[in-house]
Amino acid sequence: MELLIFLPLVLALVSALGSKWNRWIILVFALSGLLILTGNFNVLAAAIQEKSSFQTIVDYPWLGDAVHFRLGIDGITLFLLLLTNILIPVISLSIKTDKRPALIPLMLFMQAGLNGVFMAQDGLLFYLFWELAMIPIYFMTLLYSERDSYTTTIRFFVYTFVGSLAMLASLIYLGTKSVNGSFAYSDLYNVQLTLTESIWVGAGFLLAFAVKIPLFPFHVWQPNTYTYAPAQGSMLLSGIMLKMGLYGLMRWYFPMASESIDFYQPIIMILAVIGVVYGAIIAIRQDDMKRLIAYSSLSHVGLIAAGLFALNKSGFDGALLQMFVHGINVVGLFIAVNIIERNFGSRNLNELGGIAKSNRLFAVLFFMVVIGSVAAPLTNGFPGEFLLLKSVFDYNTTSAVFAGLTIIFCAVYMFRMYQFSMLGECNSDTEDKTIPVSELIPLFVVAFFVVSIGLFPQWYMDLFQNSTTSLLQIISNAKGVLS
Amino acid sequence: MNPIAIILLFPLLGFILNGVFGHKLPKLVSSSLGALMILLSFVTAISQWSQIAFDINGSISWEAYTFFNLDGLLFRASFALDRLSIWMTLIITGIGTLIHLYSMSYMDHDKNPAKFFSYLNFFVFNMLLLVLGSNFLMMFFGWEGVGLCSYLLIGFWYQNASFGAAARKAFVMNRIGDLGLLLGMFLIVKNFGSLEYNEVLPAIAEGSTSNVVITSIAILLFIGAMGKSAQIPLFTWLPDAMAGPTPVSALIHAATMVTAGIYLVVRCQAMYSLAPMAQELILWVGLATALLGALIGLRQNDIKKVLAYSTVSQLGFMFVALGVGAYTTALFHVTTHAFFKALLFLGAGSVIHGVQDRQDIATMGGLKKMMPITYITFLVGTLAISGFPLLSGFFSKDEILANVFHHNIIAYVVLVFAALLTATYMFRLLFLTFHGEFRGTDYKLSDVHESNWKMTLPLIILAILSVLGGALNLPHYLMHQEGFLASWLKPTFLIFEHAEHSDLATEIGLISVAVFVFLFGWFYSRNKYISKSESPESGSEGIAKVLANKFYIDEIYNKLIVRPIEFFGDVLFALFDTLLLYGITFSINPILRFTGRLNRKIQNGNIEYYLIYMVGAIALLLGLNLFFA
Repeated sequence: MELLIFLPLVLALVSALGSKWNRWIILVFALSGLLILTGNFNVLAAAIQEKSSFQTIVDYPWLGDAVHFRLGIDGITLFLLLLTNILIPVISLSIKTDKRPALIPLMLFMQAGLNGVFMAQDGLLFYLFWELAMIPIYFMTLLYSERDSYTTTIRFFVYTFVGSLAMLASLIYLGTKSVNGSFAYSDLYNVQLTLTESIWVGAGFLLAFAVKIPLFPFHVWQPNTYTYAPAQGSMLLSGIMLKMGLYGLMRWYFPMASESIDFYQPIIMILAVIGVVYGAIIAIRQDDMKRLIAYSSLSHVGLIAAGLFALNKSGFDGALLQMFVHGINVVGLFIAVNIIERNFGSRNLNELGGIAKSNRLFAVLFFMVVIGSVAAPLTNGFPGEFLLLKSVFDYNTTSAVFAGLTIIFCAVYMFRMYQFSMLGECNSDTEDKTIPVSELIPLFVVAFFVVSIGLFPQWYMDLFQNSTTSLLQIISNAKGVLS
Repeated sequence: MNPIAIILLFPLLGFILNGVFGHKLPKLVSSSLGALMILLSFVTAISQWSQIAFDINGSISWEAYTFFNLDGLLFRASFALDRLSIWMTLIITGIGTLIHLYSMSYMDHDKNPAKFFSYLNFFVFNMLLLVLGSNFLMMFFGWEGVGLCSYLLIGFWYQNASFGAAARKAFVMNRIGDLGLLLGMFLIVKNFGSLEYNEVLPAIAEGSTSNVVITSIAILLFIGAMGKSAQIPLFTWLPDAMAGPTPVSALIHAATMVTAGIYLVVRCQAMYSLAPMAQELILWVGLATALLGALIGLRQNDIKKVLAYSTVSQLGFMFVALGVGAYTTALFHVTTHAFFKALLFLGAGSVIHGVQDRQDIATMGGLKKMMPITYITFLVGTLAISGFPLLSGFFSKDEILANVFHHNIIAYVVLVFAALLTATYMFRLLFLTFHGEFRGTDYKLSDVHESNWKMTLPLIILAILSVLGGALNLPHYLMHQEGFLASWLKPTFLIFEHAEHSDLATEIGLISVAVFVFLFGWFYSRNKYISKSESPESGSEGIAKVLANKFYIDEIYNKLIVRPIEFFGDVLFALFDTLLLYGITFSINPILRFTGRLNRKIQNGNIEYYLIYMVGAIALLLGLNLFFA
């Protein structure tokens, strides 16, 4: 399984050597992760077994005895590995290499980091991969942003880096308190903290994760970065990277600083619900499609965070499912915007319209992604959103009413976006121009997931449900120790 | 294969086939395919009738699969064909078949009929999910699915931006209701640990649940019904929905989808019977809607808008029935309304076709000579909805009025007034369209043509149903026993439905009022539009202006809700997000730059300075050392 980390790194180097690669070779590179996953079928099957907790599968001493190169797997990790290694090839299909040669190596480099984040079972290793995944996105935005690349990038990078450092401080503090100073996952969460300690340690984790997710009001880096970054950068950021933050909450924050949960729960819940409404209301008024998606994403991930902090089964299951679904949908949306911008020269809703007329297939695929995001039943958005809202409802009725506004607002901004880009009268730019079918290939993959998750969510939930149960058990046990 | 699966499969198949291959097929093939699929569904449903009728508790169920499973809390994709759902299924597929047949001709000139039939089949599929689902989740699937199809079909001619706006408005307003429904479902799961009808409803009927919980659930579900069934305050989308092709208005926005709210309440009869506060709410909301719709309908000049407001008003009548606990009556009116309102809409479509896509009745008049079949069937529809004795609408409306009479006399008076308005606006519509002088200016009466058989046949069948539909539930005073529908539905109701039977004198009194109401509406409109041959009011002043402008409700919503949200969005974006939040966060930049500059002055790279710092620091340390020692 460590190949999941090393192979993409090697392939990143290989791909950096040549500048003009055939898109099919790139696809093969990008598919490597998925191939490794299928090759390790037995390990994965074990990961989704009943009562499966976070099993160690790789363990080398690394920095002395305290820090190990230790990877683990369970259903949660597996599910996010699937997301990462499915989305990377999908994103790679949308890349035109001729203009941006560094994208591919950077993306593969990032894949290694992401796979590492989801598998790391050692505090410092987790931190290492966390930062490793950041580096490629730094270069991507720096090299290929359409405007203000330096300002946007440096702000984004420094801002998230400050959060990460806070997490590092928390990890080190935990490490000093653990048996033999070990950073092993299980040793860290066995550390007993006083409430005050826990609040500080928790603050470190939460800061890192809140910035990455991003949670209102820590989202300030997000709109500009999503808007100006190259399309693939936005896809990687919103599709996979922000899941690092949500995953961090589940896997690291809750068990590590469980004593502080009661303290932070109402605060984060309120922030998350504010974010849901706030992002949605702003999204309604955006004309730049990428910025619109950025704010809609803020709204959607707010709901996921709220579900996690509801700390119940439906919240955890809904959050995981929705992490996957949001990844698929937001990447689908960015691909669609990218296609529109490439073919029609704009992504401003005021300058588009009528694209559906000559692009029937694209219209259908794009619409599927849109209704997936709107969470219409029979599409992938519905089951996750249902579970998340249910979990928030079980936590607090009022929060659920406000969070539930998302189903109204999301319909407003998504259909508005679709209307003004695809429907209505054509203008001189959109008249009779047909998008080449080859550009639509990644959208087919997205559409497959829109329908299959929408119809059979249990197929997907079977992968992680045992693990969420046992993780919730761990968290509630840890909370129980104190109270 | 389970019959329910077959019933669902046909329309789904039609959707997929026409959606994927339709544009490559000849128009006739794709449209016949669409119609055939619904017909097959209809036939399958009929074939199951006897099986359900045979056994008093008979129902066919189908467990397709587990949608999701939360630690043993199962959310199932499961379905049931019972007495209530087969009734709805027959309405949906039966009228659906007729409307598909009609559409074959109506959409013939369209560029893309395959797309139309694909959407229409998908609508039927979702509507069937709604009524066949055996739990709230599947019902919700269909519920939102029909909303989506409604969006697609209202905006069918997508190049028209205002149609697109109407489509989005319909979807969003429905979603406001859906939020209520969703919260209601969460409350159900929380209290009963299930969403299955046959687990939740019996538990409620047992009567041990707290009244607060039942009432809250009932009201939340009713909020959903308000959206879907266009009740105050969520009704303004329905008139705008007329932007869609006319068969869509007939099927979705009159006969089937908009009655989903009534279906929901009837399905949850046990719950509403035990929630008198919710019932009272339903009664008054329905009453207000019935009145408001009828008032606005008086002064509309668009043939479809009149019918749309009429639908809003008639849905109000149905909710009034539900509000007084007359569930069977409500469903009876759903049924007869499906017949005559589908008939009226299809008739309107035939007129619109006949006069080359005009909808303003100010430019019509005297069309009866040119379109005899359309005229006669439209007349039948008008008589039925206005309550001409012995036609279907007479019986169902009379039953509602009788039930309300026994419940609340004020509500009765208001409802009679609404019925009076109904007869008035319907005859106004009929006379202005078909009678009197031809008022067209930019086209000739001789250009007007009757529609072909594919369109007139459904009209004739629906006209017959509108005449005979009353037989489905003949009143007690005629038969001295329960009507057919009442005895049919009885086993599905968990709580005994108390039926009011008036004595003969009261009944005769009620019928006389109903007949008077009909005669008044007919006479008033006849006097005004035929005898005095007034042309349609432009509604430029006084109360007529208020009515013609629909009480300015759209404008009020715009000012009070839409604009503030948009304004809020702009302010949050420009001031809060961009200026304040982004500004404050990165105001740290100049601070860092300033301290950096200070720091730079010290570290200026001159070795002499560094030596001075060093010597100074050593001196300081030594000094401190001496001092403290």
